[in-house]
Amino acid sequence: MQLKHEPSPEQIKQEKIYKEMNVTDEEFELIQKHLGRLPNYTELGLFSVMWSEHCSYKSSKPVLKKFPTSGPQVLQGPGEGAGIVDIGDNQAVVFKIESHNHPSAVEPFEGAATGVGGILRDIFSMGARPIAVLNSLRFGELTSSRTKYLLGQAVAGIASYGNRIGIPTVGGEVQFDPCYEGNPLVNAMGVGLINHDDIKKGLAHGIGNTVMYVGAKTGRDGIHGATFASVELTEESEEGMAAVQAGDPFLESLLLEACLEVAQSDALVGIQDMGAAGLISSSSEMASKAGTGIEMNLDLVPQREADMTPYEMMLSESQERMLLIVRKGHEQEIIDIFNRYGLEAVAIGQVTDDKILRLTHKGEVVAEVPVDALAKDAPVYHKPSKEPAYFRENQQLEIKVPTIKDYEGTLLDLLKQPTIASKEWIYHQFDSMARTDTIVTPGSDAGVVRIRGTEKALAITTDCNARYIYLDPETGGKIAVAEAARNIVASGAKPLAVTDGLNFGSPDNPEVYWQLEKAADGISEACRSLKTPVISGNVSLYNETDNTAIYPTPIIGMVGLVENLNHVTTQSFKNDGDLIYLLGETKPEFGGSELQKLMDGKIYGRAPSIDLDVEVQNQKQILQAIQQGLITSAHDVSEGGVAVALVECLIDTPFGAKIELDGEAVTALFSESQSRFILTVKKEHQAEIEKLTNAKLIGLVTDTPKLTINVNKETIIDLTTKQLQEAWKGAIPCLLK
Amino acid sequence: MKFAVLVFPGTNGHLDMYHAVKDKLGEEVEFVQHDTKNLDEYEAILIPGGSSYGDYLRAGAIARQTPIMKEVARVAKEGKPILGIGNGFQILLEAGLLPGAMLQNKSLKFTCQTVQIVVHNNDTIFSRQYTNGEVIDLPIAHSVGNYYCDEKTLQELKNNNQIVFTYNGTNPNGSIENIAGITNKQGNVLGIMPHPERAVDKRLGSNDGLKLFKSIVQQWREANAVKA
Repeated sequence: MQLKHEPSPEQIKQEKIYKEMNVTDEEFELIQKHLGRLPNYTELGLFSVMWSEHCSYKSSKPVLKKFPTSGPQVLQGPGEGAGIVDIGDNQAVVFKIESHNHPSAVEPFEGAATGVGGILRDIFSMGARPIAVLNSLRFGELTSSRTKYLLGQAVAGIASYGNRIGIPTVGGEVQFDPCYEGNPLVNAMGVGLINHDDIKKGLAHGIGNTVMYVGAKTGRDGIHGATFASVELTEESEEGMAAVQAGDPFLESLLLEACLEVAQSDALVGIQDMGAAGLISSSSEMASKAGTGIEMNLDLVPQREADMTPYEMMLSESQERMLLIVRKGHEQEIIDIFNRYGLEAVAIGQVTDDKILRLTHKGEVVAEVPVDALAKDAPVYHKPSKEPAYFRENQQLEIKVPTIKDYEGTLLDLLKQPTIASKEWIYHQFDSMARTDTIVTPGSDAGVVRIRGTEKALAITTDCNARYIYLDPETGGKIAVAEAARNIVASGAKPLAVTDGLNFGSPDNPEVYWQLEKAADGISEACRSLKTPVISGNVSLYNETDNTAIYPTPIIGMVGLVENLNHVTTQSFKNDGDLIYLLGETKPEFGGSELQKLMDGKIYGRAPSIDLDVEVQNQKQILQAIQQGLITSAHDVSEGGVAVALVECLIDTPFGAKIELDGEAVTALFSESQSRFILTVKKEHQAEIEKLTNAKLIGLVTDTPKLTINVNKETIIDLTTKQLQEAWKGAIPCLLK
Repeated sequence: MKFAVLVFPGTNGHLDMYHAVKDKLGEEVEFVQHDTKNLDEYEAILIPGGSSYGDYLRAGAIARQTPIMKEVARVAKEGKPILGIGNGFQILLEAGLLPGAMLQNKSLKFTCQTVQIVVHNNDTIFSRQYTNGEVIDLPIAHSVGNYYCDEKTLQELKNNNQIVFTYNGTNPNGSIENIAGITNKQGNVLGIMPHPERAVDKRLGSNDGLKLFKSIVQQWREANAVKA
């Protein structure tokens, strides 16, 4: 059927209208093959969004296959709304990260807000109660008014959604670099808790079962959002505003409670969020996964606007909607539950046995497409890959240790670098304490959330140093996973599993594709070493403006289990007189470091090296020492090296520290060598810690609030805790003024 | 003693309140929905924080229109203890059970952190276990917590000793006279912006909020002992 004003199938072919929807000539041929005829406008729209990179992973699938995804702890790997990991006592943790980069670039408030809303729906569509969110953000340097606006609005958007729905934001990270100037990154990670027997999946099982629509009405917002997310941003992208959705956290809070109640009902067969590509992705994916078909009468879809076409309804990305498969004859039970929350549940179709997605509208069939053609059998591309010249050049570059005259000034300047400086301005805008389970709020290595009714807790972090990954994607990929695990271990938890948010440039560029492959190799190897399989994730490609890609930014979200609340450890120094140790070897490594960026304004050379065996051993030692009650504080050494890590341990404490280091001073203070921790122990545990670990004694916590660092017996840093704190805390508010 | 925790659509602080009363005080507590019309069976009414009706229109403005708020007004007159925290404070202001109004934070931003609070008046049923001038740590989490009232009302608040809690040091939201919590003239209705129910467990940073709930229980026990 052809609707008024819509082009005919012949016109679509002759005028190549499919190109406007980002469908290639070859893909158009393939669509005709699947259908055995020309697609009409609605059907073309369905293929366009379902075959977008965002929904189909057509370019990234071969790379995603590299990831280890199984392990004894994994209850659900990639492929559902979110991954699930066993935490014992019949309980499990559900988590996933998702990107909302392109919407946030054109409308940062709603773009970021709906990112939170979407990831929460992924969690509760599994039947899990969301207990925490985190966010991972990347912006250009805080010098342009545009970047300041984007940061302010994205943070306000996240706050407005997460705070209103009452799920604490317990952590995250923010970094600034010119490569994100035109294409900021907004990734949100959701974490939920579930009992094993309550796990729900997005499967349209049972011929004759009813397809029910719940939540917000469908409007014309977000049409082609998934397509928009799968192309490069251009000058005209602001015109893509219609592809950005608006969020309603109040409605989501009602939907959340209603869905969790419905998840307990035997009437529910399957459930999936109407996220990217809304009604079409949820229906075709649920049917394709279950080996069934779905028939829907679009006249029954609750609509917010008049005269919506099938094309608009199927492609809308209106927020706060879910699609349910309900046992035939039990529809009223579902309707009653939703009504109690003031929400509608409407039967709009049924499960069929012919593996076809069939849509009717005003008495006519408007689309008839094999579900597998839309979902399972979407095209997969093995893209050409090419090692970029810059990589080889950087590998061969011999970097000299930078010369520093004013060590104190350099340390203060490093503390003011936005990537290092305190992010309080940001995270104080997030309710980190809602639900009163947050034991460690943002600012330490990982957020820690206790599990009520048990002695256990979850440590959660996101991490990714994209500078290392740009210089050396494979090594950088390993480091991203290792550092996330270091954050988890330093908090007193055993790392469980990973969710990855792969943010890259255009896969059509062989050099970008090479970055993607190599980063995935590095991530995979580290995940195998650390026994943290990848259980969920998201791919966001085409993060480019004016043909310049962002640094490859695969954000690692990691969750760990604290077996006993007594193991919860933070980075802050605890007692006057505690001994300070450094675990891990320090080498002159400055490629991609904060010091290099500060002094030269750019990054070059080799990324820091990492030996995964050493990493595993060091993490094991730290966790054992924590579990044996030997450690009073632990902190991973990352950007800015040992000097910055020590300052971070002193922030908001009444203490100071006296440190004795040896070797070359710049390296000792600022090198970013991997696999290192700062830890403190009580004096009486000196012998035990030295027996258990290879950590080296480097100093003492003092009651004089001052950081004194001697290198080879010469004092080169002598600054009060107050001076350090002011530099560190004052930087971002000052830049934003 | 039996507590009611009111629940409106969108409310999200009710669990925190529930656990504080049940787990930390060991008292009886029930959730009571927005369309309930009778609160006779409860000895204290707790109105929790967290975005009733999504804070749409104006924080607390829609919740005050519900059947249960009519009943809250009735039992307030009877002298029953009524505690509104965060959004609960906003609802009590909108309902006219407390004087004044709430403005956007001066920063125009949401703010969540643990702040120092001074106990300004310990001669109330909500603060009797504290000492006057005691400085306690309580979390705040709000974007509309900038308490405001006109000069005349402020004078009355002062004359009647209705200002119970004030911010110590930096005022996080710009409230008039650093006000963090006030009672009505009778002293049986308290509105407070910081969250005492989030400060009942040392493991989460502070348990300084516990004495507020214990004060309510102590008052009730003594009153009932007299009656018996």
